[in-house]
Amino acid sequence: MSLVLYLAVLALYGAATLLYTLYLVRPHDAVGRISRWVLAAGFLCHGSFTFSRYLEAGYTPITNLHESLSFFSLAIVGVFILLQHRYRAAILGSFVTPLALLVMLSSALFPAAVAPLNPALKSNWLGIHTITAFAGYAAFAVAFCAGIMYLLQEHFLKNKKLGPLYRRLPSLEILDDMNYRCLTIGFPLLTVAIVTGAIWAESAWGAYWSWDPKETWSLITWLIYAALLHGRLTIGWRGRRAAILAIVGFCVLLFTFLGVNLLLPGLHSYR
Amino acid sequence: MNIIVVGLSHHSAPIELREKLAFDANRIEEPLRELVSLPAVEEGIIVSTCNRVEVYAVTRDIAGGIAQIKRFLAEFHALPFDVVEPHLYGYHGEQAIRHVFRVTSSLDSMVVGEPQILGQVKAAYSYAAEYKTSGLILNRFLHKAFSVAKRIRTETRIASSAVSIAFAAVELAKKIFGDLSDKTVMLIGAGEMAELAAKHFVTAGVRDMLVANRTLVRGERLAAEFGGRAIRFDDLPDHLHKADIVLSSTGASSYIIGPREAAEVLRRRKLRPMFFIDIAVPRDIDPEVNGLENIYLYNTDDLQGVVENNLEQRRCEAQKAEEIVAGEIGQFAAWLASLEMVPTIIALRDRFDEVRRTELAKTLATWKNLSPDEQRRLESLTNAIINKLLHVPINVLKMPGQGNRTDLYLDALHSLFNLFPEMPGEDQGEPGESEE
Repeated sequence: MSLVLYLAVLALYGAATLLYTLYLVRPHDAVGRISRWVLAAGFLCHGSFTFSRYLEAGYTPITNLHESLSFFSLAIVGVFILLQHRYRAAILGSFVTPLALLVMLSSALFPAAVAPLNPALKSNWLGIHTITAFAGYAAFAVAFCAGIMYLLQEHFLKNKKLGPLYRRLPSLEILDDMNYRCLTIGFPLLTVAIVTGAIWAESAWGAYWSWDPKETWSLITWLIYAALLHGRLTIGWRGRRAAILAIVGFCVLLFTFLGVNLLLPGLHSYR
Repeated sequence: MNIIVVGLSHHSAPIELREKLAFDANRIEEPLRELVSLPAVEEGIIVSTCNRVEVYAVTRDIAGGIAQIKRFLAEFHALPFDVVEPHLYGYHGEQAIRHVFRVTSSLDSMVVGEPQILGQVKAAYSYAAEYKTSGLILNRFLHKAFSVAKRIRTETRIASSAVSIAFAAVELAKKIFGDLSDKTVMLIGAGEMAELAAKHFVTAGVRDMLVANRTLVRGERLAAEFGGRAIRFDDLPDHLHKADIVLSSTGASSYIIGPREAAEVLRRRKLRPMFFIDIAVPRDIDPEVNGLENIYLYNTDDLQGVVENNLEQRRCEAQKAEEIVAGEIGQFAAWLASLEMVPTIIALRDRFDEVRRTELAKTLATWKNLSPDEQRRLESLTNAIINKLLHVPINVLKMPGQGNRTDLYLDALHSLFNLFPEMPGEDQGEPGESEE
């Protein structure tokens, strides 16, 4: 059952990616509408898949790379659907859906079998810690897409190259606002994830903070986004600067998530 | 029935002649009435804009109709026919239909894709409808032309981009700021171009406007016109940071804003983006300003480049539009051809039946000793002869897709049998009624 759902999710995300790419070339309302429905169907399947996995395993299914990548993808689509409702900018989907598809595809690289839970993870903190962390990651992933779109549009406007993509991308102000909106969603979630992680660490390992690579890199990520938020609110880091920081922040975040798990040995290296 | 087009446009006549032939919209009733009183003209409308003066009419006599309208155009304006005639074109048949479809779709316009012409033809049509100089055929024809124009507008991007410098600036501003209603525009210098651009910005939703002009009085006048505020030119540095969009058009001989001033302004604005539009020649704003973060500077040449680009795009889209027009012509021509068919068939039957009845009555009057049954047989015999005779011709007339041949048949029938078919009522297709 869950394999069928998993494949359905892949197929629907694949179709949505194609449709949103088509929308980039032919921006008809109908194409945008169909893309939205296909993606929504994929999201529903993905939600059911995650839930069935939860029932099967009996714990929050974010315990290895396969599960985390899948949940990460689910959260990216979720954040996008929320934002799409607010901004009515289907073009964002042309950037977000390929990313969600890529993340989902990469989850297939890791063993999918439901294993007995690693005893270290047996805790009530597992759910809140991982869900907030990946929901935060997802918000930053969308900010990353908005940042790329901003830099593209800015490049077109600065260099007076007003081609078809320029016509289709939203205004700089809207793209910058998306970036900010994602930051205000992602930053509190990341903060909660780090705090709950520390509390959990205290009960599991006996110390709130032990400079494990994951902890260190999470802190670095958090500091980057904190700096971006602070800069934006006090000295007006907006536009180009905010877009670049959102992109840099996401690259660091990816390293925190994947690089640390795969490359650096530590307490958090769950495969 | 035929649709004919007679007139002149920017393609065929210089402005000096076009303005002499123009009709005043406020006094359009008299020429309209005169037009439809021409012997060959059944229905007519007059379209008069600064780029064209055209008559669309319905006639039975193509050559006569065109000649009479040409003469009417010259005589109404008391111009010598020989002077006007070489500039006039006259179209009929599919050419006339194509011409009007192209006009309303703005394919024949000086700036292809400019939207005003559709409104102008609609206005011309509403006058004709008001004075009842348009009837069934023109009503249907113009509604069709309007729907073709609408189709082209939605299916091609022929009118989707700005083709004037002022409008291009507004579009760029929208791509930077999105919503303009909470933005401030500052005019530096109050020339004609600045005024035009300001007008466009106000239309686009800008509510806050500052005007800095060397002569304060002129600045105040312009500010009042747009509900803005005038500031002294020397106070410019104290106000510049309030502006999101700066439109500069002074006669200054050197740069009035350089990178240093702009950076300072940006700092005071906490890096909020600014859009500088420099339409002054020589330029007012140092091009290096464009290098600053979150500042976008466009000068006259840049804007002209945007306009050229858009025009190029419109030319591509015009190709698609021409195809749509070509597809729609056939449909309308077929309707026009079928229009007279039914009345002609009825008239033809009536004519035959009339002859039959007269002759039958004569025969029965002299043939006294016929029984009622025999009389009935005679009656059905004559009926059968007529039906047999008419069967093939009527089937041929009703056959679809014969194009121009239908017209030929109808004309032949009308003159061979001396028919005057009753046209469908003129009460259909009232103005304002939309295309199905």
